[in-house]
Amino acid sequence: MSATSDAAAAAVAAPTARASAPAALALARAARWRWWEIALFAALPLSWLLLPGQSLLLNEIAIVALFAVSLDLILGYAGIVSLGHAAFFGFGAYSAALFAKDVMPDPLVGLAVAIAASALLGLASSVLILRGSDLTRLMVTLGVASILYELANQLDWLTGGADGLQGVVMGPLTVPGTSLPGFAFDLSGRTAYAYSLVVLAVILVLARRLVHSPFGVSLQALRDNRLRTASIGISTSLRLVVVYTIAAAIAGAAGALLAQTTGFASLDVFDFHRSAEVMLVLVVGGTGYLYGGIFGAIVFKLLHDLIAAWTPQYWNFWLGLFLVVLVLVGRDRFVRPWTWFGSGRATR
Amino acid sequence: MLTLLFDGVAYGMLLFVLAVGLAVTLGLMNFINLAHGAFAMAGGYVTVLLMNRLGVPFLVCLPIAFLATALLGAVLERTLYRPMYARPHLDQVLFSIGLVFMAVTGVDYVVGSMQQNIHLPDWLQGRLPIEAVGIGKYRLFIIVTCAVLTIALQWILSRTRFGSRLRASVDDPRVAGGLGLDVNRIFLATFAVGSGLAGLGGALGAEVLGLDPTFPLKFMIYFLIVVSVGGTTTITGPLLAALLLGIADVAGKYYVPKLGAFIVYTVMIVILLWRPQGLFGRVAAR
Repeated sequence: MSATSDAAAAAVAAPTARASAPAALALARAARWRWWEIALFAALPLSWLLLPGQSLLLNEIAIVALFAVSLDLILGYAGIVSLGHAAFFGFGAYSAALFAKDVMPDPLVGLAVAIAASALLGLASSVLILRGSDLTRLMVTLGVASILYELANQLDWLTGGADGLQGVVMGPLTVPGTSLPGFAFDLSGRTAYAYSLVVLAVILVLARRLVHSPFGVSLQALRDNRLRTASIGISTSLRLVVVYTIAAAIAGAAGALLAQTTGFASLDVFDFHRSAEVMLVLVVGGTGYLYGGIFGAIVFKLLHDLIAAWTPQYWNFWLGLFLVVLVLVGRDRFVRPWTWFGSGRATR
Repeated sequence: MLTLLFDGVAYGMLLFVLAVGLAVTLGLMNFINLAHGAFAMAGGYVTVLLMNRLGVPFLVCLPIAFLATALLGAVLERTLYRPMYARPHLDQVLFSIGLVFMAVTGVDYVVGSMQQNIHLPDWLQGRLPIEAVGIGKYRLFIIVTCAVLTIALQWILSRTRFGSRLRASVDDPRVAGGLGLDVNRIFLATFAVGSGLAGLGGALGAEVLGLDPTFPLKFMIYFLIVVSVGGTTTITGPLLAALLLGIADVAGKYYVPKLGAFIVYTVMIVILLWRPQGLFGRVAAR
């Protein structure tokens, strides 16, 4: 944390694009690749090679991880509490599914279309989050997701209504610029998982570049104190619009991956449940360092599998209990079990 | 047309009684409590179970629902909610979502997931024989009950010693504590009454709104709309917002059933964009 606040102080000292030398150094130091980051990126292809039988589950984890990473950009970095992040996830899912069904089945073009569509939606709705308190923002984000849910429910000629959008057939995954036959999506999910992994890795690298840039550091500054950030000449509204749009685009990519790899999009993608779940995933993994979503997704999905196998109908109860305990213990203490006992309020 | 208006008013009054407790915790204590609907559901289930399993008369059930939920609220406030007051909003959101999930599945486990029906006493069924306007007796009963409650609440808040203590504690808890008021106990009592009112609203509304385990999730956004649109500084703001929402929702579902809740959400977003502090709120000093 001290590294980021140093960098924030440095960026604050030099708000122009031509950063002075110490600020640039501080930024570069914070942006160095750590050993565990390299290990994490190395683990992604290894998981594909070593766990061939688990591809379906791993694919789900990758998608949830990507979704949580997008929420981290706005929650962890910009400090916006959103209860309707599923709006963009669902919009991406429906865009990709509709595009594949009605226009062309190529997955990569569909992914690009879904990302563009979600980014546009994010841009349009970002004006809604600029004003008001946390409560207003909660209500507005929740309202946007509810409106999209209602729309998807009512426009049944387009979306299939409550039955969901069925009969989406994806084409094979081809390498752009070549005439190779490509890889078809199969039942075992091997292709699907590889596809999701590549998208996840590419977006992670881009997001990493983003949060370590002066732009990302200024986001943290406005999260910590918006008034002060604005008063040293940083346009907070513009920054919020940009980061909200980017996060929406990434959430749309996650939704598109889900729709493309399962060949199905249903109302469930817009559900309140999904927004709450992704928030939990992110919080379990930890906010504000970009990889929380990945660790959270792994823990969450494995727990889900474990508990759902034991008591499928009442899994939500344990989810709720987990949330309550997590918050009561304290989010920052929960990931540090050695602070649970002892002097009680060691970290607070 | 008038019938529609009447039903809308009844629905709005019901929403007000359900949400007024939330207006206090959210507006006055600045605590984002998404689990408010769970208290309403608790009141509804107390009534349904008492009436259907034990044969307790409807009118006796209502105060019991109030007391039981108030007790539940008091216990939860003392044990779980109080440490949450000073936490960041994200923590409060996560915490109360967790409570909602537990309440939903808990009720599902204990009672079952089917919709519960209430058998109203005969004198509350049917409609009053007034030509041109069909007035459901039960709707009238709801309106009268809720109006009495509203007036009582307004009187308590503005005229009694407890009301002025509450307003003082809310305006500045530290100074109020310094003046010798037991702020914690005042908040406890307020939270209990707010939960009790939600429980009473749930009991009254079980017949109109429908009661099943997903109740807190289904109506969460409605309660939040009432509070955020109405503003949280007065009691009349949420009341007007609730009436507006009730009438808009009933009329919308009648005239354009296709659009359904769509209109309500859109109107909410527009209003919040226009006045982020709510329609009738003043800009908060904090």
